[in-house]
Amino acid sequence: MKRPGWLKVALAAVGLLAMGVPAAAKGVTVTISCGSVGKGYNFCKEGAEAWAKQTGNQVRVLASPKSTTDRLALYQQQLAAGSSEVDVYMIDVIWPGILGEFFVDLNQYIDPKVKSEFFPALIKANTVDGRLVGLPWFTDAGILYYRTDLLKKYGYTAPPKTWDELKAMAAKIQAGERKENPKFWGFVWQGAPYEGLTCDALEWIYSYGGGTIVDAQGNITVNNPKAAAALKMAKSWVNTISPPGVLAYMEEDARGVWQAGNAAFMRNWPYAYALGNSADSPIKGKFDVTVLPKASTPDGRHAATLGGWQLAVSRFSKHKKEAVSLVLYLTGFNEQKRRAIYGTYLPTRPALYQDPDVLSAAPFMGRLYDVFVNAVPRPSAQTKKKYNQVSSAFWTAVHSVLEGKASTEMALSQLERQLKRIKGSGW
Amino acid sequence: MRTRLPRALGALAFYLLILVVFVYLVFPFYWAIVSSLKSPQELFQTPVTYWPTHPRWQNYLDVFTMQPFGRNLLNSAIVAGTTTLISLLVGSFAAYALGRFRFFGKRPVYYAILSVSMFPQISVLGGMYVLIKTLGLYNTWWALIFSYMIFTLPFTVWVLTSFVREIPLELEEAAYVDGATPLQTLFKVLLPLMAPGLVTSGLLAFIGAWNEFLFALTFTVDDRARTVPVAIAFFSGASQYELPWAQIMAASVIVTVPLIVLVLVFQQRIIAGLTAGAVKG
Amino acid sequence: MARRLSLSARRARIAWAFMAPSVLILLAVAAYPLFRTFQLSLFRANLLDYPLRPEWVGLANYAYMVQDLYWWTSVKNTVIFTVASVSLETVLGLGVALLVNAKFPLRGMMRTAMLIPWAIPTVVSAQMWRWMYNDVYGVINDLLLRVHLIAKPVAWLADPHLVLPAIIAVDVWKTTPFMALLLLAGLQSIPEELYEAARVDGASGVQQFWFITLPLLVPALLVALIFRTLDALRVFDVIYVMSGVNPSTMSMSVYARQQLVDFGDLGYGSALSTGIFFIIALFVALYLSVLRVEVD
Repeated sequence: MKRPGWLKVALAAVGLLAMGVPAAAKGVTVTISCGSVGKGYNFCKEGAEAWAKQTGNQVRVLASPKSTTDRLALYQQQLAAGSSEVDVYMIDVIWPGILGEFFVDLNQYIDPKVKSEFFPALIKANTVDGRLVGLPWFTDAGILYYRTDLLKKYGYTAPPKTWDELKAMAAKIQAGERKENPKFWGFVWQGAPYEGLTCDALEWIYSYGGGTIVDAQGNITVNNPKAAAALKMAKSWVNTISPPGVLAYMEEDARGVWQAGNAAFMRNWPYAYALGNSADSPIKGKFDVTVLPKASTPDGRHAATLGGWQLAVSRFSKHKKEAVSLVLYLTGFNEQKRRAIYGTYLPTRPALYQDPDVLSAAPFMGRLYDVFVNAVPRPSAQTKKKYNQVSSAFWTAVHSVLEGKASTEMALSQLERQLKRIKGSGW
Repeated sequence: MRTRLPRALGALAFYLLILVVFVYLVFPFYWAIVSSLKSPQELFQTPVTYWPTHPRWQNYLDVFTMQPFGRNLLNSAIVAGTTTLISLLVGSFAAYALGRFRFFGKRPVYYAILSVSMFPQISVLGGMYVLIKTLGLYNTWWALIFSYMIFTLPFTVWVLTSFVREIPLELEEAAYVDGATPLQTLFKVLLPLMAPGLVTSGLLAFIGAWNEFLFALTFTVDDRARTVPVAIAFFSGASQYELPWAQIMAASVIVTVPLIVLVLVFQQRIIAGLTAGAVKG
Repeated sequence: MARRLSLSARRARIAWAFMAPSVLILLAVAAYPLFRTFQLSLFRANLLDYPLRPEWVGLANYAYMVQDLYWWTSVKNTVIFTVASVSLETVLGLGVALLVNAKFPLRGMMRTAMLIPWAIPTVVSAQMWRWMYNDVYGVINDLLLRVHLIAKPVAWLADPHLVLPAIIAVDVWKTTPFMALLLLAGLQSIPEELYEAARVDGASGVQQFWFITLPLLVPALLVALIFRTLDALRVFDVIYVMSGVNPSTMSMSVYARQQLVDFGDLGYGSALSTGIFFIIALFVALYLSVLRVEVD
């Protein structure tokens, strides 16, 4: 049935009128991709919408996959194709080097004074070839979880300060607890061949004074005796104080063993703290956190691998100024304070660690301040686009040592050769 | 008397075998259901519990309140359904040609169709992404339906071709004698006889499209077209590391149960109805 | 006066008309992506460069691939995985199909149960098995301990000798339904009369199976084998989710993805993909010649 002619004209007229009438000044729509569905997404959405209301713009908040490797692959795909779909990206602390070329240099858009309000180490991690590609949003660092009740039961007054102490304590507690609970183990961590192993192993090596795989100038430093000693120590844990399955554990696997009460010590990120104290947790109130142990040698030092997320603006964004404004709002003092108090997100501004409201809401943030300030970053800023190759070669080498497939010396010298080849003429 | 005992033993062995196979296939699903009703803490508990101490039905509600899972289910149903229908239709045409006709270029085409399936999915991803964006299909159902053809079509064509070949020539010749056009022959004579093949390849294509992850992740950006496997991969707990295991299990039960009900009803009726008629006729 | 085509020419025309939709769709979908893969394999290019700076290197990527130990390790892993997986699935699938084809009460339930492993999304089932295999709270160790088949928990995924068999077990569980379904369809196409005639002649069950069922099942078996092998050679999900990128288990696709996506190496990743294609083509050619398929 054909539409009558007059109706066609009327529709066209309405259409023209609708186009001509300016929309009630709504500003622009900025699209931000942050967090997967759940708490992360909700917090981001609330913050972004508050900004939108304040500035008279609109936000579109997109979720992203939970797995960081999926997320990176997806972002890479979008950015490499020059997509302007997303204006602001939430990026992992090791991605500025990898994705750096796709983001705008925030130095051109912000007041230099703003940079000094953040932790210098984090700003450094976000700076590639002098370009500031992201602003730090929340941070993370590896810490040691320990069972306060078990330490007391076996006569220890304080958590271990050195790896040797940890090993002794874990062995004694494990032997004791095994009498009633055959599934008990002394120490759980992340030993699967993935980025998490790079984090754990970096902590071991750094705590022995063995450097950071590739130093700040881009030299390959991993093949040294201290690093070898660190790896030998870790290998000695497998199947003695750590379950043999630890070589396939990621964060959640380790937490699964720990939270059910089957481990005395755990190395993990701060996220497990709140979960361990949830209502039905068997270890509620029975544990605490501290900095990871160091080597007993004089140049041993406490180490914690730096994690956390930053916000970056895509170079293909059609609304760069508004996007930067959103980034500044979300990483601003007030928004970070809100996230710290209600979401226990670790702030990236030193000032917040002295704020009384934050400290009363999450006391362990204050206690671990030094840990977060001195966290050691992975060598992604130096190795830039080749970071994934470096990390992959590193975790493969470490894993083969832990498995017993290769001797420490052989694995490290082979790793050095591989890294030299990856580096080529320069990072 | 002598034959009764071996026969009874044989029957017992038969039923025992069925039980073993049944348990092997179904136990992980049972485990998924049990896990979906546990609280997050109970999942890691030792000793392992085989039935939740306090079934937590809240997990199922969470699946729908945490994100628009209903929308994801709809997207999956439409994408998988359309992909299957198109594959079956287009595939049976091609199967008829390949199974019955002699023509120049038949072999190369047959293998060329197969060779499309010989590339790892990851390698065609980049090219497909560019293609989808250029055609303006990004973040729509058609992006997925279109890209799924790359694995459902070769499979459907090959399966249906092997079924077409098995049909005796006499039936077709009878149709020709009666003056049927090729199209009529296909629809009225061959397709009913190929029912098992149609149902099977349709079912496998549907499930393949339903569970596909990589393309669905890359070609959609929000819930307008996001399908179920991708939605599940987006579930997150209170932090980036936490895996909301119970909710994921609940989601997979929600996703699998209707599929199974569909199969239970669909498969029995079609196969029973059509094979009975076809063989006699 | 209209020119009349010969019968065979007319038949060929009709055949092409029927082929056209499939060919056109596949051309539209696959032509550009596949072409791009081939093209990129002749260049050196990194996805993370902006703008993309491809550099012609001819066959250099392939030359590197030929002496790349990691590539050959992944080929070895994949072939072991494929041979083990496909043979187990075929035997099991045939068994299940025969079982389900027989008439017995609760047959419908068995038919439905048969599909369950295939119906659960891989992203979910691979994670689930990973968690079932855990050495401390995993249910598999718990069950085996309870029936005293093992003395202490086994670290299935951490032991380099056990991890590939463990993954194969998961894949067999997952894809047996695929085989079973295709073989069942084949079984149902075999006319009852043949069996009746054989029974009248006094053939036993085993003889019926060997001389009627198996030969008539070959076409369905062939298709099932080809596509399962194709899928097994391209395996990605189950290996990646359960063991990550680990030289003891990585398949060709896992390695290719690492180069292509994790490292952004478009040139080498595409060359690896082409390599995968050729290895699969080799297997398919093998099948077709051994099982002597009639295409005409």
